[in-house]
Amino acid sequence: MNKLKILFNGILKENPTFVLLIGMCPTLATTTSAINALGMGLSTAFVLTCSNIAIAALKNFIPDNVRIPAFVIIIASFVTLVQLVMEAYVPVLYASLGIYIPLIVVNCIILARAEAFANKNSVMDSMFDGLGMGLGFTLALTILGSVREMLGSGSFFNMKFIGDNDGILIFVLAPGAFITLGYIIALINRLSRKKS
Amino acid sequence: MALLTVSGSPHVQSNQTTKKIMWTVIIALLPALLVSIYYFGLDALMVTFTSVVFCVGFEWLIQKFILKTKTTIGDGSAIITGILLAFNLPANIPLWIVGIGALVAIGVAKMSYGGLGKNPFNPALVGRVFLFISFPSKVAMSEWPLPKPLFCSSVSDALTGPTPLLAMKNGQAVDLWNMFIGATGGSLGEVSAIALIIGGLIMLFRKVITWHIPVSFLTTAGVFALILWLINPNEFIHPAYQLLAGGMMLGAIFMATDMVTSPVTYKGQLLFGFGCGVLTIIFRSFGPMPEGVSFAILIMNAVTPLIDKAFKPKPFGY
Amino acid sequence: MAKLDSSLKNMVLSLSLISFVTSALLAGAFTLTKDPIVKAQMKKQQDAIQEVLPVKDATIGEKVEIKLDGMPDVFIIYPALKDGQLAGAAIQTYSYEGYGGKIEVMVGMDKDGVVSNYTILSASETPGLGSKTSFWFKTPKGNQDIRGKNPAKDNFNVKKDGGDFDAITASTISSRAFLSSIRSAFDAFKKYNEQK
Repeated sequence: MNKLKILFNGILKENPTFVLLIGMCPTLATTTSAINALGMGLSTAFVLTCSNIAIAALKNFIPDNVRIPAFVIIIASFVTLVQLVMEAYVPVLYASLGIYIPLIVVNCIILARAEAFANKNSVMDSMFDGLGMGLGFTLALTILGSVREMLGSGSFFNMKFIGDNDGILIFVLAPGAFITLGYIIALINRLSRKKS
Repeated sequence: MALLTVSGSPHVQSNQTTKKIMWTVIIALLPALLVSIYYFGLDALMVTFTSVVFCVGFEWLIQKFILKTKTTIGDGSAIITGILLAFNLPANIPLWIVGIGALVAIGVAKMSYGGLGKNPFNPALVGRVFLFISFPSKVAMSEWPLPKPLFCSSVSDALTGPTPLLAMKNGQAVDLWNMFIGATGGSLGEVSAIALIIGGLIMLFRKVITWHIPVSFLTTAGVFALILWLINPNEFIHPAYQLLAGGMMLGAIFMATDMVTSPVTYKGQLLFGFGCGVLTIIFRSFGPMPEGVSFAILIMNAVTPLIDKAFKPKPFGY
Repeated sequence: MAKLDSSLKNMVLSLSLISFVTSALLAGAFTLTKDPIVKAQMKKQQDAIQEVLPVKDATIGEKVEIKLDGMPDVFIIYPALKDGQLAGAAIQTYSYEGYGGKIEVMVGMDKDGVVSNYTILSASETPGLGSKTSFWFKTPKGNQDIRGKNPAKDNFNVKKDGGDFDAITASTISSRAFLSSIRSAFDAFKKYNEQK
């Protein structure tokens, strides 16, 4: 398969958040601001790419009956790695993402790609798939985070544009995540329907 | 495609139309509106007017430009949503916030689900809860304008004070008679119990609502509050205050009885009112906020389809 | 290489090998990031102490843990010494009465108890409401600034409870919790001074 096609498949056509609708927990929970969303997206993208490469390389070595535990061990190791590095070098981001970093382990995007793609394809293809899916996830989270931050706090990447006023608070809270996600998906469906 | 759809009997014939029902409700809302204008002055009228204009306006815009369907603003339902939304807001609220509330009520709670008759939640309540969570410093249920029964002055610079519910939670005394006629702090439409009851009777008389939901709502809330009060009169509020304070009357008579979002059968309606009553008292007595009517009704809205399923009338012969 | 079949021997071997390699990798990563993590945490605490202290360039003395009657956790006092004299202290204090549970505060006081500054160490108050404690009580506006006030003379309660300070709009509970943590800090500091 064409490498570029695999890459853009994850970013646009099969965007994990807006089209496949998987990995909703971090999507809804960490997108309270654009910078948090970006940090979460990039960490997930890193773990996803690494685990895809590792699993594709080891796929013949892992017997089918124990593939899920093996995948989980590999994914968990990369997540722990990210967690340690983040705590050591970007403590600010670590403090605000907190519990959601270890939860990348159970992000179903990663296990889904391991199972559905990396377990069947070559190392190179899997790397591009991980990169594409990861970037697609990052893009989706950043869009969601920016919209929520703009409406909820009146700022964009922590730059305030409405003075000292508060935004529409509900968008920083959990219900705002559902409302924003719903309307972004509605918009995307409408645009893609027109095209086809 | 079938030209004629045959539905199961009974086929009820009546001269009720959506338009007729809606205009009766609007008339029934007038007494409460007049009382609020009397107590809160022209600001009350301004808030109601803005809310109605924005609700009707958003409905028209969404239907015309996004859904591209025939507009239904003539049926009066958007006007009711507008009035009810305004009734849930304080008189000194900035008007742009009313606009946002109207957009949420009509755009999110009604049109996103397909318009009148398809919305699972009461649009006005969704708008109110949205504003309440979003602008706690402006729509908080704590410091609301106190009534100023003089027609000329504006409330914007009038005093604010705690609503009866909050005052009672803080252990202050409130006057029962004032709460009955409406001379108390609170949102536009909720202050006067008597005006709301008159409106309810109008709707009952014109057969727009039945007695089941309001009566079971208020009875349940009253009995439950009485039980709590008997257990510990120091901590819990007297049932008479519970019934007259806050949005209890407005909720029981105008919000919970919304035809679209409440059960169809009488038995279902009794259960619906029971749930609203219990939840309201639980939220008021044990929750962090003084008021709970809107959350109670919204939660019962969500289980309405289940209630309808449970109390489906059996066809004859089965 | 063909895929390994799922015999017991293969499964055990493959899982053990994967676990062994990943744990070795993680052990390495842990050793590498251990010092930076400790440093980052220390720096965060030192920054907090320096930020709140009443005097600059003071040396921080040995920390002292103070237990108060009826309070579940200890309070930590970081005495600030200037020319060998006690110039004030940074006190790590807390309250469990926040809207989202525990809030931890670092507050600075001079040797008489006059509040110099504070910073929130951790809190889970509602964003946009209770989270405003992070700056509300050090903004010179109305009656909300606690800097320069002394719990010995001023009433560290919100106006609603008969105190001297304006509560955060619509966040009375968070404000109460915050002011109560400052009162506890003062009590702990008093006890520390008496013990000495």
